[in-house]
Amino acid sequence: MTATVEPEVGRARTRKEDARLITGRTRWTDNITLPGLLHLVFVRSPAAHAKITAIDTDEARRMPGVIAVFTGRDLADVQGSLPCAWPITPDMKAPPAPPLAVDQVNFAGEAVAVVVARSRAEAVDAVAAIDIDYDDLPVVLDLAAAAADSDLVHPDLGTNRSATWVFDSADAGTGGDVAAAIADAEVLIERTYRQQRLIPAFMEPRSVVVDPTGEQLTMWSATQVPHILRLMLALTTGTPEHKIRVIAPDVGGGFGGKLQVTPEEVLAMVIAQRLGKPVKWTETRSESLVSAHHGRDQIQKLTLAARRDGTVTGLKVELLADMGAYLRLVTPGVPILGAFMFNAIYKFPAYHFSCTNVFTTKTPTDAYRGAGRPEATFAIERLMDELAAELGRDPIEVRAQNWIRHDEFPFTTVCGLEYDTGNYEAATARAKELFDYDGLRAEQRERRERGDVVQLGIGTSTFTEMCGLAPSRVLGSLSYGAGGWEHAAIRMLPSGKVEVVTGSSAHGQGHETAWSQIVADQLGVPFEDIEVLHGDTQSSPKGLDTYGSRSLTVGAMAVLKAGEKVIAKARRVAAHQLECAEGDLEFAGGRFTVRGTEKSTGITDVALAVFAAHDLPDGVEPSLDSEATFDPENFSFPHGTHLCAVEVDTETGFVKIRKYACVDDVGTVVNPLIVDGQVHGGLAQGLAQALYEEAVHDESGTLTTGTLADYLVPSAVDLPHFDTDRTVTPSTTNQLGAKGVGEAGTIASTPAVVNAVVDAVRHLGVTDVPMPCTPMRVWAAINHRSADSGLGTEAGGGLGSLDTSGGAV
Amino acid sequence: MRITVTVDGTTYTDEVEPRQLLVYYLRETLGKTGTVVGCDTSNCGACTIHLDGHSVKSCSVLAVQADGAEVTTIEGLARDGELHPVQRAFHDNHALQCGFCTPGMIMQTLDLLADDPDPDEHAVRHGLEGNLCRCTGYQNIVRAVRDAADRMRPGAGPAAERLADDSRQMVGGE
Repeated sequence: MTATVEPEVGRARTRKEDARLITGRTRWTDNITLPGLLHLVFVRSPAAHAKITAIDTDEARRMPGVIAVFTGRDLADVQGSLPCAWPITPDMKAPPAPPLAVDQVNFAGEAVAVVVARSRAEAVDAVAAIDIDYDDLPVVLDLAAAAADSDLVHPDLGTNRSATWVFDSADAGTGGDVAAAIADAEVLIERTYRQQRLIPAFMEPRSVVVDPTGEQLTMWSATQVPHILRLMLALTTGTPEHKIRVIAPDVGGGFGGKLQVTPEEVLAMVIAQRLGKPVKWTETRSESLVSAHHGRDQIQKLTLAARRDGTVTGLKVELLADMGAYLRLVTPGVPILGAFMFNAIYKFPAYHFSCTNVFTTKTPTDAYRGAGRPEATFAIERLMDELAAELGRDPIEVRAQNWIRHDEFPFTTVCGLEYDTGNYEAATARAKELFDYDGLRAEQRERRERGDVVQLGIGTSTFTEMCGLAPSRVLGSLSYGAGGWEHAAIRMLPSGKVEVVTGSSAHGQGHETAWSQIVADQLGVPFEDIEVLHGDTQSSPKGLDTYGSRSLTVGAMAVLKAGEKVIAKARRVAAHQLECAEGDLEFAGGRFTVRGTEKSTGITDVALAVFAAHDLPDGVEPSLDSEATFDPENFSFPHGTHLCAVEVDTETGFVKIRKYACVDDVGTVVNPLIVDGQVHGGLAQGLAQALYEEAVHDESGTLTTGTLADYLVPSAVDLPHFDTDRTVTPSTTNQLGAKGVGEAGTIASTPAVVNAVVDAVRHLGVTDVPMPCTPMRVWAAINHRSADSGLGTEAGGGLGSLDTSGGAV
Repeated sequence: MRITVTVDGTTYTDEVEPRQLLVYYLRETLGKTGTVVGCDTSNCGACTIHLDGHSVKSCSVLAVQADGAEVTTIEGLARDGELHPVQRAFHDNHALQCGFCTPGMIMQTLDLLADDPDPDEHAVRHGLEGNLCRCTGYQNIVRAVRDAADRMRPGAGPAAERLADDSRQMVGGE
């Protein structure tokens, strides 16, 4: 029969998704064409802050193939304002966010006009013929200056400060008073760190196709969030929700960067509606880097109080967070997602967090892999190394003195979160072994004593994160505009095959494979007989999509709950068929067996019987299909210990990663192949923040890292081999025991690398190197020079060479 | 301008604009959408194909430059439903996640193995330097390339090229 022999969950299954991806049978949005398809190309502002005084589109309109040209004024009555779903405070200031700028542009790259033509090439030609006059306004680029309201981005708001959000453990009743802890501190570590601005840089450029010709308007979009997008399109444009279908076909990565309702999506929709023709927009990479939302960008003012014996007594966090020019979908909430993570795995008795969100004339920021939690983890893990250095102690030893011991779980933190499970000792012990911690420390000492030009540094990061976003009531308490549940359905087909419908919308994560494994075990049907349907609001009508390491812990939990209902329905029919009481049936390996007998029937046999519906118990409807919506009770808390060794050339400042070892505890693993892949990819992005990437603007507000020649997404040469392993402490917040893995590597790795860089040169008087730790910045730190005071900002060695601000020159 | 190009074994003759890039000719004129565009500065390598047996970034070649040439794309690698060993190695080693860079990675891997049938990790990383991946951190890609080299031994390089040549003739007739 159909019973699976060995459990699917835990098996390193190769992925179902691969077959089409390795053969080019892909369905990227840009692959889609429709009869009479028209192409959109946007005119983008070269100015970061300016009044639009005139737009001349006459010549463009007359050019070959051009169907229409629209300005913001042309569409002002229909384009609405882009939604922000997270008003973090009741008094939050939010400017109108028109998809096409109407009177004023507020960042370089903002869309100002759009050409609709029969071909993309003709649209590009016409864009060149559009003449726009700008009247420059003062640019607002420096975050601290912006917070001081030197010049205003949105004068109507009267300030650049959008909102200030505060958490205080004394006020919340979850801990003590930080001011007292600081006043009584025997050791104070005060630091200011800069979280540089990053660009998600998913590989598939964004693309959207809209077909307005059906009864339902259909939008294909390279999005992480088809369900959220559908609702937001309805709310933004006034088109009824039931008249909109959104499809996310194959989506080439997102990392938070496609968790958005974009100006281009809204405009493609309203233009398609106005013209009554299908339209397509696909961005160029340069457009993507300048106009898709950016991530991070905070100034972190931190104060850690401790006793001389190394016990931490308080933590105060004051953030300035750069919103960019507008509040996009969850922009204001991103730094708040970090609010409960600065205390990390440590038993701080007192904690204070405040974050002021600030407008600048730059590309809006929003979620990027980790979203708030990498920033928090970086801060605390850098501080713990600084505390250890101040005390002259081993950084792991100081951490161990302060972390929650495995026998102290469940543990309620100073933020009031309940960490369910964890074992920091076990992960750390295994990581030290994998890394050869003692051996590398010995080599470090030896190089120090020898005065080697190349110094070795070792960095630690013992991180945790809150995943499984999110319990709806918690989101409600944080003023988020929606819940955190997920939906699933299971359809039992008469031929014995199974369709699993999920609201999670994969874009590279391997949900089709993992969900199939879970359902194969639960229902006892073969892995191959399961089809996972997602990413189309018509086939998967309900969902909250994929972000925040939520798919397994929330999305797959909904699948399991739907499966439980299928089994319950089938049990009633099986009992009727086998002429026994429901309570006499055991279900295992896809079969219902009458306890103590040989009499049995398979769940797929029941599905066929239900399809025929010839002989069902009274009152039973002829369907086993079931759906479920799962709302988590708590977050999950993956953790891990990451160790990085770097070699720093003290003459050139060049950093080479010598060894990277990490042990992650992501709870129960459904597919180790996929989990390892997620960790590797996460590490790559975290390392890239530490060493390579930064969105840099010049003094006029132009993004100077606006191509992949300048924004340094690492290649295979730039990254090391990763030694990874796992400990498994199952989560108790969901019945799978899973904790989430999508963001772990990114969150954990950045401070491990920077701690290693600083550790390599601390004996030379260095206590910090700003990110990305470029050769110039490391060299400047060693030589006690400011990297931003005229040292080599001029053009250097061509493409790929770094200037002091991190971008290539 | 009129060009004649053989793509994955089928010969096409088309009028193209002189400015049209080869990648757009493949995608939009021929419907070879397996080859994708990831950037506009030839950094990402997502559009890598083979032009007369050597890998090129098809965003950096004009369609007219391919006149008279033989092109192999990701869609021309599998033969009679059998995956190419490099495709199989990418699948078996979980060397892809979102899969957007994968066609270019696989085509570049073929070229790399033709030059160096037994590359060590260092050689693989350098051989793929012109192809960016944002998902995998490259570790499993490196593993897949070395695994593919093992599968294609002996004479991995020429075999890879021969297989591509064969597929040009065979798939075209189908």
